[in-house]
Amino acid sequence: MSNASKVVVVTSGKGGVGKTTTSANIATGIALQGKKVVAIDFDVGLRNLDLVMGCERRVVYDFVNVIRNEAKLNQALIRDKRVETLYVLPASQTRDKDALDAEGVGRVISELKEQGFDYIICDSPAGIEKGAQMAMYFADEAIVVTNPEVSSVRDSDRVLGLLSAKTSRAEVGGTPIRTHLLLTRYSPAMVKKGEMLSVGDVLELLGIPLLGVIPESKAVLQSSNKGTPAILDETTDVAQAYLDVVFRYLGEERQHRFIEEQKRGFFGRLFG
Amino acid sequence: MAFFDYFRRAPKTATLAKDRLSIIVARERAGTRVGADYLPQLQQELLAVIARYEKIDLSHVTVTLDKANGCEVLELNIQLPDAPPAASPPSHPAVA
Repeated sequence: MSNASKVVVVTSGKGGVGKTTTSANIATGIALQGKKVVAIDFDVGLRNLDLVMGCERRVVYDFVNVIRNEAKLNQALIRDKRVETLYVLPASQTRDKDALDAEGVGRVISELKEQGFDYIICDSPAGIEKGAQMAMYFADEAIVVTNPEVSSVRDSDRVLGLLSAKTSRAEVGGTPIRTHLLLTRYSPAMVKKGEMLSVGDVLELLGIPLLGVIPESKAVLQSSNKGTPAILDETTDVAQAYLDVVFRYLGEERQHRFIEEQKRGFFGRLFG
Repeated sequence: MAFFDYFRRAPKTATLAKDRLSIIVARERAGTRVGADYLPQLQQELLAVIARYEKIDLSHVTVTLDKANGCEVLELNIQLPDAPPAASPPSHPAVA
């Protein structure tokens, strides 16, 4: 791989679909492959990436402090205790989203590139306002997190429109942002019964390539309870699904899994 | 009766969701994708021009951008009032 850094925005429009979970897992997964990765929380005022990554007690300075030159980038970056090449840049909890401006965000991203980060993962806030626009503005690639549910699909489509219009790449007229669909909270059993939009339906509606499908699972809540990204416990289906996503993202061929209903044994059905 | 309902094939909700989304997504793409952000302004300016000739209100002018068979269609729909207002005739002849 070239040493050029990649800026990846994890976005969705709708809230609660799994942007922060996805940012934490993908950042952790890529870092596990030896790449230097930073996950930036763009949700100023409602920061949560630090909690999901389990580093909330180590936040001293934040993204807005760096933008305002109140702290050096290295003072705000939190190094993960589990994966050596993984860092978190937390959002400010006390400011509002207007604290982010293109000039400041651009400066921080350039500095991260200079420091040799291979991947800069931007965890977008919900909505399509300033915070979300700043998270996507400098992106080279976008992971659009979508639930198989009407409001989420509609919002994702809206976000795809913004990605093609309100970003640095769109304004300069360069290569458009590469977009990937990540379908989360998927329930193959419900799809089989005709009670949930299928992967095929969502792909047809949104028209962007599929990066992966993450099954609905208790493991997501359990991992956020602990502050340990699910991908670190390889025994769960969610970890397997995110690992596939990471390898696929890094260019490996991986078959899509978790699209069909898992066969459960007698005991599984009895005690599951 | 619940017993018979059990055998009747109810429409799958996933199908309903997909059909509803296909319509709304197509409509919103037509209105919001790149190059189309000028529509509200276009509507205002057209209205200003038309208002010089005819008494008309905003709700009688619609501007939509649709995609059909791979080409974009800009549709302009202006409803003129039934009869020209008697009190103050327009200073210019109305063009319909």
